[in-house]
Amino acid sequence: MSDTLTPASPALTAKDFATDQEVRWCPGCGDYSILKQVQTILPQTGLPRENIVIISGIGCSSRFPYYMNTYGMHSIHGRATAIASGLKATRPELSVWIVTGDGDGLSIGGNHTIHLLRRNFNVNILLFNNQIYGLTKGQYSPTSEEHKVTKSTPAGSLDHPFNPLALAMGADASFIARSMDRDPKHLQQMLLRANGHNGASLLEIYQNCNIFNDGAFEIFTEKGSKPEEALFLEHGQPLIFGADKNKGIRLDGYKPVVVNLGEGMNADDLWIHDETDFFKAQILTRLFDDPTRQGHFPRPFGVFYAADRATYENSMSLQIEEIIAKKGKGNLDSLLQGKETWVIE
Amino acid sequence: MSVPTRVIDDVVIKFAGDSGDGMQLTGSQFTNNTALIGNDLSTFPDFPAEIRAPQGTVPGVSGYQLHFSSNRIFTPGDSCDVLVAMNAAALKVNLKMLKKGGIIIANTDGFDTKNLRLANYPEGANPLEDGTVSGYELYKIDVTKLTREALKDIQMGVKEKDRAKNMFVLGFLYWLYNRDMQSTFSFLHDKFSSKPEILESNIKAIQAGYNFGDTIEAFTSRYKVEKAKLPAGNYRGITGNTALAYGLIAASQMSSLPLFLGTYPITPASDILHELARHKNFGIRTFQAEDEIAGISAAIGAAYGGSLGVTTTSGPGMALKTEAMGLAVMLEIPLVIVNIQRGGPSTGLPTKTEQSDLLQAYYGRNGECPMPVISTATPSDCFDVAYEAVRIAVQHMTPVILLSDGYIANGSEPWRYPQSKDLQPIEVTFKKQLAEGEEKYLPYQRDEKLVRPWAVPGTAGLEHRIGGLEKEAITGNVSYDPDNHEAMVKTREAKVDLIADYIPEQTLDSGPEQGDVLVLGWGSTYGAIKSAAAELQEQGKSVAHAHLRYLRPFPRNLGAMLQNYKHILVPEINNGQLIKIIRDKFLVDAKAYNKIKGVPITRTELVSVISELLA
Repeated sequence: MSDTLTPASPALTAKDFATDQEVRWCPGCGDYSILKQVQTILPQTGLPRENIVIISGIGCSSRFPYYMNTYGMHSIHGRATAIASGLKATRPELSVWIVTGDGDGLSIGGNHTIHLLRRNFNVNILLFNNQIYGLTKGQYSPTSEEHKVTKSTPAGSLDHPFNPLALAMGADASFIARSMDRDPKHLQQMLLRANGHNGASLLEIYQNCNIFNDGAFEIFTEKGSKPEEALFLEHGQPLIFGADKNKGIRLDGYKPVVVNLGEGMNADDLWIHDETDFFKAQILTRLFDDPTRQGHFPRPFGVFYAADRATYENSMSLQIEEIIAKKGKGNLDSLLQGKETWVIE
Repeated sequence: MSVPTRVIDDVVIKFAGDSGDGMQLTGSQFTNNTALIGNDLSTFPDFPAEIRAPQGTVPGVSGYQLHFSSNRIFTPGDSCDVLVAMNAAALKVNLKMLKKGGIIIANTDGFDTKNLRLANYPEGANPLEDGTVSGYELYKIDVTKLTREALKDIQMGVKEKDRAKNMFVLGFLYWLYNRDMQSTFSFLHDKFSSKPEILESNIKAIQAGYNFGDTIEAFTSRYKVEKAKLPAGNYRGITGNTALAYGLIAASQMSSLPLFLGTYPITPASDILHELARHKNFGIRTFQAEDEIAGISAAIGAAYGGSLGVTTTSGPGMALKTEAMGLAVMLEIPLVIVNIQRGGPSTGLPTKTEQSDLLQAYYGRNGECPMPVISTATPSDCFDVAYEAVRIAVQHMTPVILLSDGYIANGSEPWRYPQSKDLQPIEVTFKKQLAEGEEKYLPYQRDEKLVRPWAVPGTAGLEHRIGGLEKEAITGNVSYDPDNHEAMVKTREAKVDLIADYIPEQTLDSGPEQGDVLVLGWGSTYGAIKSAAAELQEQGKSVAHAHLRYLRPFPRNLGAMLQNYKHILVPEINNGQLIKIIRDKFLVDAKAYNKIKGVPITRTELVSVISELLA
């Protein structure tokens, strides 16, 4: 189908990616920022608009395609990943983006999410995590913290939450990153990184639902607490955080420990982030403890892990090419005739 | 010694043994051989759901029934002439199928004390000795011993040698029916090219079986069935699932749409996946998804991208795909959904046949969700029906449900295969650009068939959004407008109804255009109804047979046709499904004949039911 494509279009702007549809998220919703950052970075990718497809499931975040002037499908609950798999398998040249949420992608669609990751289709998954069901008006989600009081759990939830990035590592995802709606610059960087990665990119975006779960990530996003609570990862750089950049994380064996810089400890002694280190990435995803707990770790943001691994659609195309090279292109008449025939006069 | 050969018209053989005895292979090899000599034939494999049910027991019996003839035949036969019983359980299960005076070929080793006990015969009783089979012609052969003897020079374990027992039996039957064994030799050479000792043991066992027939003096005659008078042409043998896969491949080639199959393994549909996966040199992409839902969803994604999207399954899988089917209806994109029906509900009878998913196909979705439904009648018909399903899907921009069933899927028959030049190309139009004067792409603008355009990602200038929310007519924007919703519901229904203008009118398969009884069937009851109608017509009875391929929409003339008969009889392997729809649409007092036993309806049963109506 590649003959239907046109070369990169003349310079587009963020405006070119907006549609005439009225954006209908609640005022103050974190989704607005994510939409804006996606519209901002797409012109930088050089992708022609017609080659971009945004597929979503069901939930507040899944309205996203209606607001993007690209190809788009607002599908059914949890299945965007599966639909995107079929599209990408047959149209590898398209840039396929999946917009999903913590309910859509980790609850009803959890199965498809992990299978897409293990297969490693070259798609970008934007997982809007607000730790609540917004569209159904406020039930707890699979990422809600324990004991969460919601409409469906007036006495507190009993569920232990998912750690989405650890789950992704368990599914052998080839690109794992975290960002937040309230840090546009970081989010833009992460979107560009996700897009640049050849393979399935899972970008978890902490997104504030100001109606049903306001302030869920405040501790990581607000000026006062962010420097102490958010740890920004950079490849080749030591893990440093704190308002005065005076704290760091070092590895004691396989155990991460928070240390103060100065006191006989300098940056060289710290854990140097290596995006390609599979084992360390697993430890990083486990820096996920309750931020109200004494002695907790800061929460990492950035690219946890990025590795090259064959993409499913590429392997699929190669396999077909190899078989054609070996057996020749299929001939319908010889197929229908088969090996054993007889003639009735 | 030389035994005279008798020419006979028609034989039904049932191969029965333990599910580990290789009866399916024996049956299918004998079938291929039968096809090659030009007999008409029909088969019915019947096996347990367990891969290896407890050995020697009644639930573990696997059977393969083959009917072949020098006349035209349409069913695997209501009863059999020859029963091959590899063990006591196989005899116990199948003896009631054997005609009085029929031949039993019994492997005596399978009737030892242990096997008799496993088959639940009373202590001390052996049906081969106690008169149970006195009304039949019994041939006792110690197949195990003879096979081991034949293979005594081959270096392999006794267990491995015993695996060739079925080949001994096959060789013996080849002798009995005067066959050239070359087709099976070629098959074995292909299959065991890298395992020379298995190849040798199989070939030796077949030859030993053949020679055994020549040497013993038990049989007073051998048999020969002459070529059948089939319509002239080139033939091959085919099973339903293979024909269905070929129909999809042909449709892909003749529409120039790359074929994408998104599916999940399920009995009895998996063979379609297996077959398509073997033909990737046609550019076919097969995707074994993580579940049924992902199977259809991936197919929807592929169709959205401009491929021929197909998903295959059976009843329980259909239930899981339901929501995604609704999405496909809303998106109005082409998709073929194949349901190889089996006994239900729930897991039901996975390896047994049933026609009980018709109402599910018709109505089994949330909301008003119309979808065309077509069905296959015989194994070779699966080719044409799959081709037709694709044509309807892509030319009417709609998901189509194709109903087959386990009996058709695994059954085989001779197929006068077409050549590509005989196939009507399937024309597909993609929207490539805005038309003159068109300012903006309108994804839900319709043509005279009420069909919307297919504009695929990658097409510049036609960027648009679609989804499962109700669409505004023409623009496709999300709309909650009450009048729009009602209009869209009616439009989607009208679009499916309009397909009736693009399908052939219903014809009679046989019988008078007016008369006493019209037997109206669909699906795998075809052969039984056809044979029963023929029998009654020969007796001068006023009986006609019409068989529906198009179940939704019905052919335009069906209602009028039903008015021409005093009685309408609808036989189905379910509790009465087509009949509900027929009564609802046409307000006729149709009568039902239902059988829900996991086995096909027989000609004999139908003859008596129709005769009652005539009385």
